[in-house]
Amino acid sequence: MIMLRYAVYRFFTMLLTLLVVSVLIFVIINLPPGDYLSNQIAELQASGQSAGVAKAEFLRKEYALDRPMWQQYMIWMGFMPGPHGFSGLLQGNYGWSFEFDRPVSEIVGDTLWLTVVVNLAAILFVYAVALPLGVIAAARSRTWIDYTSAFVGYLGLATPNFLLALILFYYGHRYFNLPIGGLMDPAYEGLPMSWDKLKSILVHLIVPTFVIGTSGASAMMQRLRANMLDELGKPYVETAIAKGMAPSRMLTKYPLRVAFNPFVADIGNLLPSMVSGSVLVSVVLGLQTIGPTLLTALKTQDQFLSAFILMFVALLTLIGTMISDILLVMLDPRIRYEGRDA
Amino acid sequence: MTALLSVQDLSIGFGTGDPVVNDVSFDVEAGQTLALVGESGSGKTISCRAALRILPRAAQIRSGSITLNDAKGRDVLTEISERQMRDIRGNRISMIFQEPMRSLSPLHKIGNQVSEVLWLHRGASEAQARKEVLTQFERVGFPDPARAYDSYPFELSGGMRQRAMIAMAMVSKPELLIADEPTTALDVTTQAQVLGLIKELQKETGMALILVTHDLGVVANMAEQVVVMHKGRVMEAGPAGLILNNPAHPYTRQLFDAAPEIPDKDAVGIPMPDEDLILEMKNVCKTYTMRSGKGWKADKKIFACRGVDLKLARGKTLAVVGESGSGKTTAARIALGAELPDPGSEVLFRATDTDEPTMVHSMSRDERTAFQRKAQMVFQDPYSSLSPRMRIQDAMTEPLEIHGIGTRSDQRDKAADMLKRVGLNADMLKRYPHAFSGGQRQRLSIARAMMLDPALIVCDEPTSALDVSVQEQILQLLEQLQASLNLSYFFISHDLAVVARIADEVAVMRQGLVVEQAPPETLFYNPRHPYTKALIAAQPEPDINRPIDLKLVALGAGSPDSWADAFRFSDSMIPSLIELEPGHKVRCHV
Repeated sequence: MIMLRYAVYRFFTMLLTLLVVSVLIFVIINLPPGDYLSNQIAELQASGQSAGVAKAEFLRKEYALDRPMWQQYMIWMGFMPGPHGFSGLLQGNYGWSFEFDRPVSEIVGDTLWLTVVVNLAAILFVYAVALPLGVIAAARSRTWIDYTSAFVGYLGLATPNFLLALILFYYGHRYFNLPIGGLMDPAYEGLPMSWDKLKSILVHLIVPTFVIGTSGASAMMQRLRANMLDELGKPYVETAIAKGMAPSRMLTKYPLRVAFNPFVADIGNLLPSMVSGSVLVSVVLGLQTIGPTLLTALKTQDQFLSAFILMFVALLTLIGTMISDILLVMLDPRIRYEGRDA
Repeated sequence: MTALLSVQDLSIGFGTGDPVVNDVSFDVEAGQTLALVGESGSGKTISCRAALRILPRAAQIRSGSITLNDAKGRDVLTEISERQMRDIRGNRISMIFQEPMRSLSPLHKIGNQVSEVLWLHRGASEAQARKEVLTQFERVGFPDPARAYDSYPFELSGGMRQRAMIAMAMVSKPELLIADEPTTALDVTTQAQVLGLIKELQKETGMALILVTHDLGVVANMAEQVVVMHKGRVMEAGPAGLILNNPAHPYTRQLFDAAPEIPDKDAVGIPMPDEDLILEMKNVCKTYTMRSGKGWKADKKIFACRGVDLKLARGKTLAVVGESGSGKTTAARIALGAELPDPGSEVLFRATDTDEPTMVHSMSRDERTAFQRKAQMVFQDPYSSLSPRMRIQDAMTEPLEIHGIGTRSDQRDKAADMLKRVGLNADMLKRYPHAFSGGQRQRLSIARAMMLDPALIVCDEPTSALDVSVQEQILQLLEQLQASLNLSYFFISHDLAVVARIADEVAVMRQGLVVEQAPPETLFYNPRHPYTKALIAAQPEPDINRPIDLKLVALGAGSPDSWADAFRFSDSMIPSLIELEPGHKVRCHV
């Protein structure tokens, strides 16, 4: 009951935050002087191509870029009718990309869910690696296991991701016959999902997951180790040992449960840092994720495209924090029962 | 007959350093209670933990043996494998720890944590274990065992948590229970009840008990055999009666001399003088509202202080005693202006005898700054009240810096001077707090409080985290400073023996009300209120012939509804404080 109420409450605060974020994104994108079309018009006039100018002027009207900024925002969001009636994000119209001369939805299409897939895989990798290693490093602190895992972890943190990507591609291809670049065999691109296509995607995911995940995993491992070491000194651990519990069970049941909180709270932060952190890697690896597209859009002031992508990343982040908050309430009775009289 | 547990020539050391436990030997017979007595650092805790082999990682057992000899066989605990050891822990030997607040996992239900012992050692099913644990919960005095089973530790009071710990240790019916300072963190009345419970359970099950404690009063109440330890060695060992009545070793005698006692001579104290009051609290009330979190239930009101009237004359000590939650700390915080009382309350402060009194809670900015210079505080826990990242010099000169007093070198001179005053060396200024012992740290906090030349010092249980002999030194220091500087103390404590020693006037608080107030001599010789009587009775005395009267404790420490008619109170009807004899006030109906 408490849980459900909290989840509903959390959902509405998320919507509210999303609204504020949308204003921020729109304002920030419009901060640099000029927009894609006025830049283009200036360029075309300089080179004396009047036909192009007319088209650009038409587009300015078409997308209401001649109106004041607050109206542009309202039209973009779909709160206010534009030249073609209500047609904004809320109505499912993501806008027009001037750079690619195609609707945003068409450009983004496949890359959206591929981004989600790549990053989810990376996060799963982070957790799968950091969890056992962090616990073992804490339980065997100041032994060779601890030192080795810390050393490998720092290597992972310090190695530039794109370098790691190139090395892995080379050796992966040479010894395991792993494919180089892309997220699927080019033959499957544009085809509907099939068993073979899925297999191809999974094989292509191995290297990117590893590359994007390593630094996150080693950072998280160190954090978990530090948390665990704090907890291992607490009296309740001693109580559990004095009960006669076996060390492995004791570790997972008691200190890990407590040390786990910051771990869960990190889910929200992990998502955006991975999306933005993986831009370079995506370029190097040739992944069809949203990162490289965002980079082009920002460089060319392609405002609808970049605004949409930023909104998408914000949504991912907010969903991540919402999930971690709800998980925390489920995991920790001290948060759950706050305000209940004892 | 061989002893149940036999410790022979045990030596334990850390790394390559000198051993911290040196050739310690003692025996525990089945069904008997052995007390290991000593101050912190004496090695008492580490020697009893060696029996379960739960030592800090850097510690090793260097020599000697520990042998367990019970119906299930004879095992040399220092030699068996870790796996065999696990079968003994929690099964044949269990342990209770000092801090009930932190010895239970905060994220697991009490029932789960206690049942675990049965799952581990008896292979019991969930339902079987639950049944047995509920019986055990009832036995250790949970009013509603089923509810406790599904509670989390933070929903229970300290006393209840310690009962849960006892239940956890007892549920497997061990041959030997090791209790490491089981009641040190509890209020005196709760301590008395928990000790009574352990004793009763022991009588029922016939288990042996090793009680680790620094409190000779607890020893006198519980033990048949006593081992006195000091710096890792056994100083004296023997039957409790013999050692307590006639300590042979000088160290044991020293421990006795340091333990403060509640006097019960026929004496009438001098009431607190009525003129030149430095602090006066008139009708101070403080109500906290606790949100129920449920729409249909009204918010709960908690009365932390209800109509508290207190007077502190210049150069005197006013002590407020009571259990945790009685409102004594709230009263002190209000006196310092750290908390805003309910409207209608008045707190007056006079910095010098010629000043006009000022209202602490309606001061201007300048008045407040001046007031803060004159009223300072010494905290309970010397380990957490000094920043570990600040040198002593910085911690001590900080108040002067905040108030912009003196040049840098003046400030340093003053700090050096103050250190000498509290019995430390001026060359310690460059050190960090971790380089000091508990007693030294408490001297440091006192020195820091003294830096601004205050007239009033609020001491919040300044000695309860310290060993008895150190406590004695700190009390002496406080008295000495009071005598030479004409300081006034607002002294908060739950320890009546300490209060008896230092106070000029004592106010006993319960549920936000002052229930009895008198000079200590009068109060201790002639207590009138059942709660005061319970507090006095609960204080363990190092005299084997005067055990704690548990009935008297239960009578007074229970809820006000169980008191005699004359003393009862409820939220709507509170009797007033009546002066029975000059300076002796009791809250009762006439």
